[in-house]
Amino acid sequence: MRHGKYPLIVAFLVPPLLLYGVFVLSPYVQAFQISTTDWGGYTADANYVGFDNFTRLFRDDYVWNAIQNNAILLAVVPLVTIALGLFFATMLNMGGRGGKAGVTGVRGTAAYRLVYFFPQVLSVVIIAVVWREVYHPNNGLLNGLLKPLGIDGPTWLGDPRYAFWCVLAVMVWSNVGFYVVLFGAAMQAIPRDIYEAVLLDGASRFVTLVRITIPLLWDTVQVAWIYLAIAALDGFILVQLMTDGGPNHSSDVIGLRMYNTAFASDTRFGYASAIGVVMFFLTLSVAVLALRASKRDRIEYS
Amino acid sequence: MGSDDSGDSTAAAGEKSEQNPFGVKEDAPLEVVIFNGGYGEDYAKAHEAMYNEKWPKAKITHSATQEISKTLQPRFVDGSPPDVVNNSGAGQIDQGGLVSQGALTDLTALLDAPSLDVPGKKVRDTLLPGVVDVGSYDGKFYVLNISYTTYGIWYSTKLFADKGWTYPKTWDEHIALCRTIKAAGTAPWTYAGKHPRYMSWPVIATAIKFGGLDVAKNIDNLEPNAWKSDAMKASADAWYQIVKDGFILPGTPGLDHVQSQTAWCQGKAAFISCGSWLENEQKAVTPAGFNMAVAPTPSLGASDKLPFEAVRGTASEPFIVPAKAKNVPGGLEYFRTMLSMKGAKDFTGKVSALSVVAGSADGATLGPGLTSVVKALEASGTNGFNWVYQNYYRKLERELVDAACGEFFSGRTTPAEFLEQCQKGADSIAKDTSIKKYKRA
Repeated sequence: MRHGKYPLIVAFLVPPLLLYGVFVLSPYVQAFQISTTDWGGYTADANYVGFDNFTRLFRDDYVWNAIQNNAILLAVVPLVTIALGLFFATMLNMGGRGGKAGVTGVRGTAAYRLVYFFPQVLSVVIIAVVWREVYHPNNGLLNGLLKPLGIDGPTWLGDPRYAFWCVLAVMVWSNVGFYVVLFGAAMQAIPRDIYEAVLLDGASRFVTLVRITIPLLWDTVQVAWIYLAIAALDGFILVQLMTDGGPNHSSDVIGLRMYNTAFASDTRFGYASAIGVVMFFLTLSVAVLALRASKRDRIEYS
Repeated sequence: MGSDDSGDSTAAAGEKSEQNPFGVKEDAPLEVVIFNGGYGEDYAKAHEAMYNEKWPKAKITHSATQEISKTLQPRFVDGSPPDVVNNSGAGQIDQGGLVSQGALTDLTALLDAPSLDVPGKKVRDTLLPGVVDVGSYDGKFYVLNISYTTYGIWYSTKLFADKGWTYPKTWDEHIALCRTIKAAGTAPWTYAGKHPRYMSWPVIATAIKFGGLDVAKNIDNLEPNAWKSDAMKASADAWYQIVKDGFILPGTPGLDHVQSQTAWCQGKAAFISCGSWLENEQKAVTPAGFNMAVAPTPSLGASDKLPFEAVRGTASEPFIVPAKAKNVPGGLEYFRTMLSMKGAKDFTGKVSALSVVAGSADGATLGPGLTSVVKALEASGTNGFNWVYQNYYRKLERELVDAACGEFFSGRTTPAEFLEQCQKGADSIAKDTSIKKYKRA
């Protein structure tokens, strides 16, 4: 058996590594190279221009505007999503205290769990299209609900004051369900007797969540934070389909800037690659920082 | 990347003659890639069959896609593009980018070749006005657009007849009618709120009619302060009134082009700005008897340089022959086939759109919208006008002017701020050394 070990490992490892190298690593490396050229995308000719694209990018107000929006997403989306995810997961797993002994969820837990998970099953494109109709100023669900209350709703996606926040809300909405399930599963692993002891001590639900559940879930929350931070630096699909960055660039994100520069309103692939390289470093730094900032000792249940 | 051009195009050349002005080699294969959008691909198959009638030994490879740029970019890069490309749709390759990279064949030879079936005329002389202009970059003709498009203001003649309204010829009449329409409980205007550049068209058209053709030329050539000319100021001031007086359907800024056009088809708004593809695009939701018609923008005053009838006529649905195509003569010959009277008539019949060949719609049965387009073009005649900056600098129209129009028509900016924002966009393109500049003749 011993002799057979290495061929087996190699046989299993080489194909995925090869695929990873060809389809993930090599495009990254190429993007770095292209970002130092003026390549226009439709001939084989490209001239080396050094850091021209990066200096141009540094002075490009539209790129800065997009980065600023991504920064807001980064600050808000993970926080709100995780908070909502934790809240819902708690309610579903230990929210019920209707006089019964033990720790159970609220009534109808199974149904809620299913409903929360719905957005996760839909493709992002469908979510964007559905919400575009929900936000429709005249026939949309949202303004339809406001009308009986006597409120003439705003134009939502057509108003630079709201458009960005409308997209942000959809981003949170489409992510929450997954984290409800993720946190829920992690909560199941927390020994029940801890909760029963806390109950006996007379702790409120909120105190239980903050003092017991969150510390015990920290590993999972940390993973969620990194995933959501990376997602917040993207946001391209929702923005492109719902607002296309408008009105007046108010909902622009850096991914859309890159796409438009290469494929939509320009064919400046060199400049677009430079934007991509900046995006790469931003995402990398955010992931590293998030990991560092949330580092704590691992808790193991004996 | 980097395979050098071994001069494949000459390999496919045959003897030039009166019958064969481009020197097509009779057995050279021809590859045609069609954008499979609103026009489908059947019209192209008919053109290919016509090509084969004259060149029976040529094997034609036909393919159709909705993603022109994604499908063809790699082939442009490695130097093996198809011979004929219908560069259209949302996935269109930026034409200015292709021209600046030298990726296209100069089509001037096509214009000077004799027409296939209009005796005694060169291809150039069979085309409607503006077709050569819109496909030209620095005086060279690179892009052949085969469909003739009018841009104007659309309304339902049935709605207007029922209510006793008449389409306004002057700006004052327009505002007066807007008041009447609003009083009748209908919104006078709506527009593609998420693509507000649709409203830049009537603004620029009004300015050109007021101030003459130089208004457009200066904008196209990125002249300093072209967007802040007196004519543009007069036009923006006039259009501001429909914003100020609440003549726009509430909620319009949140609608995309289809949603706003649908609201218009449902009679919720009286006017909308669009091009002549509107009838086709709205086919599924237009009520029977709606009778849509296009009309020119109202004249600002008696001192207008162009008459009321003048409309923006231009060509769309672009076709190109890549510079590195294997069969360039065949590509040109294919274009000549499309532009024959037979090819043009077949196109109009199959896709219910106008061809760029003059007279090709004679005797065809057209929908009410297209009939009004033909009439508007006849009335406009030699007074027709056009602008092309959106072909030279796509970003300027699609992103920058678009954003400015959105702010202006939502009432968040004044006319002066609107033109300032457009000018700022134009200046940012003019300043950017990485964007190739073109001059319109």
